[in-house]
Order: sequence, then C-alpha cells, then structure tokens
Amino acid sequence: MPKEKLPRQKMPEQEPLVRAKNFLEVPYGYTAELAVAEASRCIQCKNPKCVDGCPVGIDIPAFIKLIKEGEFAAAARKIKERNALPAICGRVCPQEDQCEIVCVIGIKQEPVAIGRLERFAADYERENNLVEIPPCAPPTGRRVAVVGSGPAGLTVAGDLALLGHDVTVFEALHKAGGVLVYGIPEFRLPKKIVEAEVNYLERLGVKFVFNAVIGRTFTVHELLDEEKFDTVFLGTGAGLPYFMNIPGENYNGVYSANEFLTRSNLMRAFDFPNADTPIIRGKKVAVLGGGNVAMDAARTALRLGAEKVTVVYRRSRNEMPARIEEIHHAEEEGIEFQFLTNPTEILGTEEGWVKGMRLVRMELGEPDASGRRRPVVIPNSEYEQECDVIVVSIGNGSNPLIPQTTPGLNTNKWGNILADENGLTSIEGVYAGGDVVIGAATVILAMGAARKASKAMHEYMMERVPKSAKN
Amino acid sequence: MGYIILEKEILADRVKKIVVLAERIAQKRLAGQFIILRTTELGERIPLTIADADPQKGTITLIFQEVGKSTYELGDMNVGDQLADVCGPLGKPTHIEYRGTVCVVGGGIGVAPVHPIAQAMKKIGNHVIGIIGARTKSLLILEKEMSQICDELHITTDDGSYGTHGFVTDELRVILSTKEVKEVVAIGPVPMMNACCKVTKEFNVPTLVSLNPIMVDGTGMCGACRVSVDGRTRFVCVDGPEFDGHKVDFKELMLRQRQYLPQEKEALELYLSHAATRH
Repeated sequence: MPKEKLPRQKMPEQEPLVRAKNFLEVPYGYTAELAVAEASRCIQCKNPKCVDGCPVGIDIPAFIKLIKEGEFAAAARKIKERNALPAICGRVCPQEDQCEIVCVIGIKQEPVAIGRLERFAADYERENNLVEIPPCAPPTGRRVAVVGSGPAGLTVAGDLALLGHDVTVFEALHKAGGVLVYGIPEFRLPKKIVEAEVNYLERLGVKFVFNAVIGRTFTVHELLDEEKFDTVFLGTGAGLPYFMNIPGENYNGVYSANEFLTRSNLMRAFDFPNADTPIIRGKKVAVLGGGNVAMDAARTALRLGAEKVTVVYRRSRNEMPARIEEIHHAEEEGIEFQFLTNPTEILGTEEGWVKGMRLVRMELGEPDASGRRRPVVIPNSEYEQECDVIVVSIGNGSNPLIPQTTPGLNTNKWGNILADENGLTSIEGVYAGGDVVIGAATVILAMGAARKASKAMHEYMMERVPKSAKN
Repeated sequence: MGYIILEKEILADRVKKIVVLAERIAQKRLAGQFIILRTTELGERIPLTIADADPQKGTITLIFQEVGKSTYELGDMNVGDQLADVCGPLGKPTHIEYRGTVCVVGGGIGVAPVHPIAQAMKKIGNHVIGIIGARTKSLLILEKEMSQICDELHITTDDGSYGTHGFVTDELRVILSTKEVKEVVAIGPVPMMNACCKVTKEFNVPTLVSLNPIMVDGTGMCGACRVSVDGRTRFVCVDGPEFDGHKVDFKELMLRQRQYLPQEKEALELYLSHAATRH
C-alpha cells in the first residue's frame, strides 16, 4: 500500500525571522502538486468519521477525491454545498480537534491535512476566477435582518439568500467580517479573502448596511415592527473585553486584545501615519492569556517592532487553549512563554504610563469545573517584571447593548442570549447563534449554530404570510 | 446613502460647524448622544457629540475644534463632500427630568454638547440657567442659540474680552450661592469639568459631566474609552458618555487623553506639510 506511506505534505511558509517583521500571510498554501499528493493519502472511508467531526458536515472524502482527480474548482463547489466560507475555515478552523482528529489515517500516521486541502481548493477557485454564483431559489417575499457580519451572520445570510429570501446584514463597524476583520490578523487571514467572501454574498443578493448599531440605530423591535423584517438573526459575537480587575489596568499602554487587534487590523495602525489610527509600539510587550487571541496579539506586537514579547499564562503549556499550530508559529518567531505566573498589579509612572507588573508564581492544584487543573498561588512568590505595553487577552463576554434595548429577550447570568437548539430566542421570529449564545468560541462553531438557525428561520418564514403581504 | 456635508460654517477660530445628511441618526438621536465618523477610507474613528438634528431634513449638526489631523481634515472638507462613515447615535441619552432650576455650563467647544441638553431641559419646563465661557471672545460659540434657550445666560471669558472677566467656575459659584439649583450639567475640557465638580461638590448639587475620551469602535468592544467612576472601570461609549461628575477620576482621564500625543503631533505635521504643497 504505497499510498499510506506518503507522509502528510507540509505547507510551504515564510521563514520565521522574515515573517516576524511583516504582516504577510505566514503559509503560502499548497501547490497543485502538493495538494494532489496530500489528497491521495485519503482512503475514502465508507463511513467517514471526518464528516461527523465537521460542525457543518462537509462531504470531506468527496471534495478530497475531486482534488486528487485535479478537479480543483469542483472540489471547492463541493465544500460550498455545506460551507460558504471555505477559504476562511481552511485557515482558522481547529481541524486538529474536529475532522482531522478522527481521521483513520491518523491512527498510524499523521491524519490527512483536511484543512490545508480545503484552503487549497477555495484559493484555487478564487484566484482563478472560477467562483460561480449558484442559482438562488425564486424570491419568497420574506425579509431577513442579520445583525452582525461575522462568521455566524455571513453564514445565515448566505444560506437564506440561496433559499430566495431578501437578506439585509446590519454591521456596526464600517467593514464586513466582524472578528474576521477586526480580530484575526492579516498574517493569519488576509483581508482580501474576507472581502472576496463578502463579495460572493453580495452577488447572491445580500445587502449590507454599515454603521448600523442594533440597539441604537435600530432596535430589534424596530427591525420587526417598523422595518417589517419577517425574522431577525442576532450574530453579534463576543464583543465585550474582560479585564483582570487588578490595580493599574487603566495606565496608558494597557490594551484589551480587542483594542490592540482592532487598531492594527481593522484600522491599519501598523501603517501609521499613512493610516490615521495610531498604536503604541512597545519594546517589551507582555500579553496576558493563553488563547488564540493572545497568540494573535503577541505576534502582532512582534511585527510592530517589539524587542521582546512575552505571553504570560497562569496555567502550564498543557492547559493553553490556543491551537498547537498557533503556539508553534509564535515560538518559531521568538515569542517567549512564561507559564504558571499571574499578574497581581500593573505598575505605572507618574505620567500614567505602564512600566511593569507585579506577579505571583502559580502551581497546578486539583482539577476545576473545566477539567483543567486549577492554578494556585505559591505563597511569597511575588516578583516584578518590566514592560511598556500590556495586552490583556483573557477572553470576552457578550455585548450588553442588544439585551439592554430589547425587552423580552432573555439572557443567562453571563449575558449570553438564551436560544434553543435551533437558535430561537425568547422572542418569536428572533434567532441567535455563535459567540453571543455560547460565549467566545471558534469561527466554525458559530457557523454550525448559524446553519441550524437559518434552517429554522426558513421553516418559520415559509409557514407564515410574509409581512410585506400584509398591507 | 452618502453622508454628504450640506452646510459648513466657521464659528470661531478653528471651530467649525457642519450639517451632515444622516437620516436615520437624525430621526433617532436624543440629547447627550454622539456619533463616530471617519473622514476617509484611511481615517480614524472619531467621536463627536450631536449638537443638533433636523429629523424632517434628515440632517445632524456637528461642531468641532480643529486639534489634530482628523479634525483638520474634517475642517478642510467642503459642502458637497462626503464623509466615509457616520455611525450612531451612540451612547446613552441624557436623563432629562423636571427638576425646577438647572444650570448648564459649557466651556469652549463644550458649549456644543451642552446645547441639546439645555434644549431638552427647557422643553420639559425647567428654568435653565446657562453659563458659557471661552478663553477669549473670538472663541465663544453658540451665544445666540444658547440665549434663545436659556432663561438667563451668563458669559465669561478668561481674558475679559467679552462678558464677565474670569472662568465659568467663578460664575457658577456666584449662581450656586444665590439660587437654589437642583442639578448642574458641565461639559468642556477635562480641567474645566473637574473644577466645576469641585465647586458643585461644595454646594452639594448633583452634577452631570459628558466625557470625551479616545474611542475606537464606540460600541463597547474595545475598552479604549475606559474611565474610573466611583472606583469602577466603565466604558464611556456604552455606559456613558454622561456620568456623575463627583465620582469621575478626572486625573486618570486627563492622562489617558494624552496617550497618543506624539503620534497626533506627527500625523498633524505630516498633514499640514502635505496641505502646504497642495495649495
């Protein structure tokens, strides 16, 4: 079986020391030869486990077979039957925990690189201008308001436009993509890819309204009652940064990861003064937290010219929530990791600038509710450390604006919107999905929830007379 | 829909007023709310209070002082030009309530955000005492508008070139000593608001201030605008912009507003040098 002996094909990428000084995408992606070789490792299981591992149920063996046969654009179309954003998911999905972890090849060898192949197919189709607009169903006369243009909102918009509904996406910022444009950096997800996906939706007939903050510009009830939308989907994400609540957090030079990344990504502060938004370029940057966002912030700080970037995490490496690939990329670029330490105070100058922090050392105790061993403070272990920029990256809650301005919309104690398994909230016709329901998670989980909600929204609308038909 | 500038007027040295087409915001805005705008595609997001609005015409009025690159660029735009973005209305509206006699204090450009609040206060029957002040006569704005709203209007200039010689706080002290004022609203530069709050604290008069810190998204997502109020961190964009002035940490706010001074200087110099070569 010579096929099985072929190793998992590596994806060519920029050298670590080169890429640490630019914002260009790190991996170049597979060439056609590499993609075909990798695709040939798939043994086309009769009962493919990978499909079950995919939150949106892509027919993975089928698209891989098409790649193997050289039908690259057809492979992309096969993926798009289930996932409207393959170029994005191929880059940012945690495949190692989803489709690839259950790959049969992975028992004896490394699993088939499903994510890299997904990315290849989508890039091939886009770069060769082979993107085809599938025919939409005839107009249904129903109107859908989608709130937020992140992964969940884009998925609902695409699904419902294909089914013939009239879809309008309301976005608070000036650009579509949500976390894909303000949060995830260019070197991990080039913005032109997000633009292409948004453009695809526009060609499906989806309308985008920018600078529309739902809760302020329009309330949810205004969308339903005055603007006559038949359904509303809330996909506003996890957009409320948590801080540590320790002294000194308001010193200049202390950022939330959201602010730091938004300045650099959405506002292009890396290109200041050509772009107008500034950002503090620290020499010694400390990033607090151990998730993917912390990795993005650390690697952004490095690219902004920091001499030393340290990720400070209160547990050990094993508990880090970031993807292994992201940790690996960060380490290659020279990011330092400081485990089992936790800041207790941020120290500043008279002029209000951060100059360092006081920390304590931690050790791991008994497992906590999350199943991870709880970090416990080691007595008398206090020490100080210098830094001139701190990025707090310990997670996000959900933005309270919509719950506050939408009577009847129920939330849980963390402020997440309550929705049933189909995304239905406590208000008839109002659905929700993604981080705003489950708390900060991944792009693909948001898309999975959005897929379920769009199905339920479609059924709900088709059972009713459209509002536009009533006078 | 384009955010077209329909009117433009120079109110004082480096202080300009523009009327912008923004229909939805014009319909929805309430006193105390603000917008965030970008001049161009590479522009930063800057917050400006909505000074007035005309829901019929679908327009909002913005008054701003040219202090940095973005506001200079905005000031250089002309009638017919289009702003890249106008987002809003943002922030919580002012809590307007009948109290009897209220005093509204506007310092410098702060008269612009005071104006709609004075309007709303007057509309529900309050006796509105206005104090407006500026460094010098040529910088005083909205005197006519304020005199039409306020039951009595007091004017101060730091240099004595117009009105009473002195600060708005001096006039505020006189009024609080002689009249029973139920609430003070003070808006202007941070040191002025801080000073007003010190005076009103002496007289134990509840005082509302409207804060204008650095913001990015303006929707609660980034925390750039965080401020300490009563020892708690609040986000001005969603929890404010108005707070109990007796509880705001003005010193911290002042330091945070200076965060990008070197970059602001660099950007402005670059803009002015480009402007010089253009002309």
